[in-house]
Amino acid sequence: MSKKIHFDLVSPEKKLVSEDVRMAVIPGDEGTFGVMAGHCSLVASLGTGVIKLYKEDEKGTPERIFIMGGFADVTPDKCSVLAEEAIPVSSMDKGRLEQQLRDLNEDLGLAKEKEDKARVKKQIGIVNAKILAVSGQ
Amino acid sequence: MPSLRDYRDRIKSVKSTRKITSAMKMVAASKLRRAQEQAEASQPYAVSMSDMLARLAENVILTASSPKLLAGTGSNNRHLLVLVTADRGLCGGFNAYAVKMLRQKVVSLKQEGKDVSIICVGRKGRDIIRREYGSMIIESFCDVFGKNVIEFSQAHAISDYIRTLFDAGKFDVCSVIYNEFKSVLTQTPTTQQLIPFRAPEKQEKGDDAKTKDSAGAKAKGPSSPYSFEPGEEEILSKLLPRNLSVQIYRAMLDSSAGEQAARMTAMDNATRNAGDMINALTLQYNRARQAYITKELIEIISGAEAV
Repeated sequence: MSKKIHFDLVSPEKKLVSEDVRMAVIPGDEGTFGVMAGHCSLVASLGTGVIKLYKEDEKGTPERIFIMGGFADVTPDKCSVLAEEAIPVSSMDKGRLEQQLRDLNEDLGLAKEKEDKARVKKQIGIVNAKILAVSGQ
Repeated sequence: MPSLRDYRDRIKSVKSTRKITSAMKMVAASKLRRAQEQAEASQPYAVSMSDMLARLAENVILTASSPKLLAGTGSNNRHLLVLVTADRGLCGGFNAYAVKMLRQKVVSLKQEGKDVSIICVGRKGRDIIRREYGSMIIESFCDVFGKNVIEFSQAHAISDYIRTLFDAGKFDVCSVIYNEFKSVLTQTPTTQQLIPFRAPEKQEKGDDAKTKDSAGAKAKGPSSPYSFEPGEEEILSKLLPRNLSVQIYRAMLDSSAGEQAARMTAMDNATRNAGDMINALTLQYNRARQAYITKELIEIISGAEAV
């Protein structure tokens, strides 16, 4: 059982990952799904969450990458993820994110216009999701 | 006849011009490297995106309820052209080529009796066509190439604007005209249709190709049946606007790499021309100087003989 699937992760700015993995766990819009070699062809839209890459077997510690929206294109031997934004979880800093969250909450208090509030709220949602990702949920 | 001092001044001014052009060439070369890297980095995303979309489009049977970005509005009377040029000049024929292509397109569309409107990205393109087609320009985005990096959000803003126009029913067909970055020496002006979506390799076919394409895809059958999560329509409705931004982003990146390459070549030529000019002027200067000395000698000798 050493069959692997080729996994590509690209964002508009660059190619982040291109390697063979045992299993990729992807946060779909309609629920998280795992992809292994021989998966049926699938196109799925993705939500905000963490992609987990299991390189050798399902029990090892996965490489974790935070993504924000995008699409996955799966064929039996290849899986490409087009993410709108992708950041490796290891490069995010919890302390800084929490600081960001505090700043944003402050901004929310100051915002008067409706659009401003909506924008800040959206950002708070993103930062919250990032913090969740960092704390390993 | 110009005096010796005139020659000296001219040589001096050409020399300083040469300094400027060679500095510009070096700046363009370093900017080119950065722009090229960026253009290459964005390539995989754009390619996978259009692959995926092409596969999707094969699987979807066009109906009246299909997303308009894929199926079109049903007519093709009103065209929107997006012209991507540089913000600055001094880059050879770079801007002029794209504008020439736009002109040809506008003329041929007008002959067919279509309605044309234009969006300009980059200041130079707007400046050139403003006098001719001023009434057709509905919006221009300037100073997008000023910064070192072109951000995806900038392309997103432009595509958002285009989509709003489309949703409001202002046009039926949208194409982008830009200089494709082939290599440092060649940039080819290219037209790419954005709305309704068409897979790149099918581009050369005529307007009726769309119906034929879907029929052909059905006959051939997709390589393996695809499942969609959520449904095809939802994915398409998310993917198509996304694709629009990506294609515009790619056009902008290609254009910015092309601009720097064109400027580098143009400034290289200018530097070389300035060198030639300096050589020619120095020759003239020396001749004039010799003539002057000879004249003085003759004057002295004939003066001495007369005594």
